[in-house]
Amino acid sequence: MDHFARLGLPAALELDGAALDRAYFAAQRQWHPDRFVTRPADERARASTEAAALNDAYRTLKDPLSRAIYLAALNGVELPGDGKTIDDPDLLMEAMETREALHEAGTAEAVDALAARSREDMVQAFARLGTLFLRHDKPAIRKALLRLRYLDKFAEEARARRTNIQRVKA
Amino acid sequence: MSLLEIHEPGETPMPHAGEASLAVGIDLGTTNSVVAIAREGIPAALHDESGNALVPSVVAYPEAGGVLVGEEARLVMVREPRNAVASIKRLMGRGAADLHAVAGVLPYEIEPGSGQTDMVKLHIGGKARSPVEISAEILKALRVRAEAALDKLVERAVITVPAYFDDAARTATRDAARVAGLEVLRLVNEPTAAALAYGLDKGSEGLYAVYDLGGGTFDFSLLRLEKGVFQVLATGGDAALGGDDFDRAIAERMLDERKRDGIADQVDESAVKTTLALARLMKEQLSERDQTSGRLELAGAPSFHALSRTDFEAMIAGPIARTLGIAANVLTDAGMTASDVQGVVLVGGSTRLPLVRAEVAGMIGKPALTDIDPDEVVALGAALQAEALTGGGDTLLLDVTPLSLGLETMGGIVEKVVPRNTPIPVQLAQEFTTYQDGQTAMAIHVVQGEREMVTDCRSLARFELSGIPPMTAGAARIRVSFAVDADGLLAVSAEERTTGVAQRIEVKPSYGLSHDDMADMLYDSLDNAEADMAQRLLVEARVEARRNLLALDAALAKDGALLTGEERAAIDQGRVRLEAAIAGDDRDAINAAAEALETLSKPFAERRMDRGIREALAGLSVGELESRVGE
Repeated sequence: MDHFARLGLPAALELDGAALDRAYFAAQRQWHPDRFVTRPADERARASTEAAALNDAYRTLKDPLSRAIYLAALNGVELPGDGKTIDDPDLLMEAMETREALHEAGTAEAVDALAARSREDMVQAFARLGTLFLRHDKPAIRKALLRLRYLDKFAEEARARRTNIQRVKA
Repeated sequence: MSLLEIHEPGETPMPHAGEASLAVGIDLGTTNSVVAIAREGIPAALHDESGNALVPSVVAYPEAGGVLVGEEARLVMVREPRNAVASIKRLMGRGAADLHAVAGVLPYEIEPGSGQTDMVKLHIGGKARSPVEISAEILKALRVRAEAALDKLVERAVITVPAYFDDAARTATRDAARVAGLEVLRLVNEPTAAALAYGLDKGSEGLYAVYDLGGGTFDFSLLRLEKGVFQVLATGGDAALGGDDFDRAIAERMLDERKRDGIADQVDESAVKTTLALARLMKEQLSERDQTSGRLELAGAPSFHALSRTDFEAMIAGPIARTLGIAANVLTDAGMTASDVQGVVLVGGSTRLPLVRAEVAGMIGKPALTDIDPDEVVALGAALQAEALTGGGDTLLLDVTPLSLGLETMGGIVEKVVPRNTPIPVQLAQEFTTYQDGQTAMAIHVVQGEREMVTDCRSLARFELSGIPPMTAGAARIRVSFAVDADGLLAVSAEERTTGVAQRIEVKPSYGLSHDDMADMLYDSLDNAEADMAQRLLVEARVEARRNLLALDAALAKDGALLTGEERAAIDQGRVRLEAAIAGDDRDAINAAAEALETLSKPFAERRMDRGIREALAGLSVGELESRVGE
């Protein structure tokens, strides 16, 4: 059973967060191990497995990027594992440039400006993703998701860089 | 007992379920422990005869023999410092490598574990004892208190642990409960338990933070409350930061002042414990007033020490700032800011410090919630959960893993498999491969922590996966599965996927206890259990006797007419004698009185039985009767 089906939700890129929460809470009310404390061992084990699967589904679908990657995989678009080399020359170039800019950013404001630009890029890339899914353009979906994954990682790096700058200041 | 057999179906005076054994909530704290019970959603801490809910988490093995816990143990600590131990929670699941974290805080002779098991042991009362068996004594004392207060057997408990407790410390806590004869229904994280106590009380909804600064641990958790759902979004903390550290700062300052005044102290165990006790007192006074002083006498040399709140606050500013930094990280992890938080709950005795209250309120921008006693709130939440788990409740607790779980890969780098703040239970798997042609075995090292290098994380377990079919390097696909259950406890298994060779692996916890150790401890606890046992048997005798009295009363009310006045008087007399025995503390007397009453009421029971049969047969035709007799 895929994550969407498990929570009784349509397999779509756009997902109403409140609906996801409702579906998840309702399912956990049924399967959470706390409901099975006084039940026999086999029922407890089953509940634990079901609850773990629900948690996996919820965690995957909650975050827009992991949801998009998951939906892509359901549609036959496989991404290389996390941390593997980027095989897209355009993205490679973009990554090198933004990383260098981040490295050179000496103030919290400069880092914030870079982070803001990358957030904007993410929003735009997400907006385009919907159309790509509608067209079933697998190579384009793969390319867009790789870029989104990079931008997401960049946001994290920017956060770390900002903490560092502030720590040095303090 | 024959009296029990004469009930009409559905007329048993007491429902049988839940009568034999109750489930309590236990806050096993660094400084103090509390046991509580909830009934119909109303939790209450259980008090001793003098009305104290708090049991100091001190265990003593006095010269005179026996084991003492709580206030009595604290007295022994002053008289015989080598025979008593406090703050044992700090050493739960700790190995020799962790000792730097507590060095100097605990004035005990600590020896690193030897051989198979790595958990440290303490030399207390002339014997090496593990933190598990010392904690078990506290749990036993809480169980006895609960049984005495409730006059019922207590065999099951929800026990709270700091959210930031790692797998080894959680396992150690569960083992301690086992040694104490308690079945752990669930290990619940302390901040979550506190939120439960508040949430149900107020029916709050929205995003809440719990700031829990206890004697030895700090936790900060963010929870979303919504219609009976308690969803932990993120948690963080420090398992070795708490009020004990503040005591230590004051104690060190006093010892420095003595040195400056030319007093040459022999700072031994006894001196440290005396100084720490005074330091704690002064700290507590500074929550009430701006200035305090104390007289310290070591080896006959007295000295006087004054301390202002301002100076004290300067001394603890560093650790408090660290707690706020952790809180900020937790907010970031959850993708929230302080302004999203609707309220912050304060838990733990150390949150009585005015500085802590002011700093936390300042950070969240709202005054902290303190309506529930911060020393009791965790136990109350645990009691609510114990009731919900056994009686069925509508509340749903969704908690997370506090620390990432990972595997060691080439070069001592950690490959994270379960990131921190993942909702539990969780079952995740990761695939690995061989790096040499024909490799048939693979060492697997499970670690817990956020750092990139294995050496900076805590080692949880090491095992070897053997019997991999020889293949070219990189061809084998070894799937390592992690399962973290709702107690936050880890299980690991592995399988070679191309050939389907499943490996049952026994995970050897790096800081756990061997089976032998566990067996020894259970055995020891049986040795020392006489007093516990006596209390338990007394409670059992009372419960049984009361149950029979109720049954007898019900029978008398229904069929009292079957008795002559004389018989009735004899039974009533026996009844009074049994009630008197129940009020006393002599188990044999209770059993004897119960037996006497049973003998007295036997003819009554028989007559009721006869009548029951007559009634059952009444109205039947002879034919029906004959066919029944023939059966």
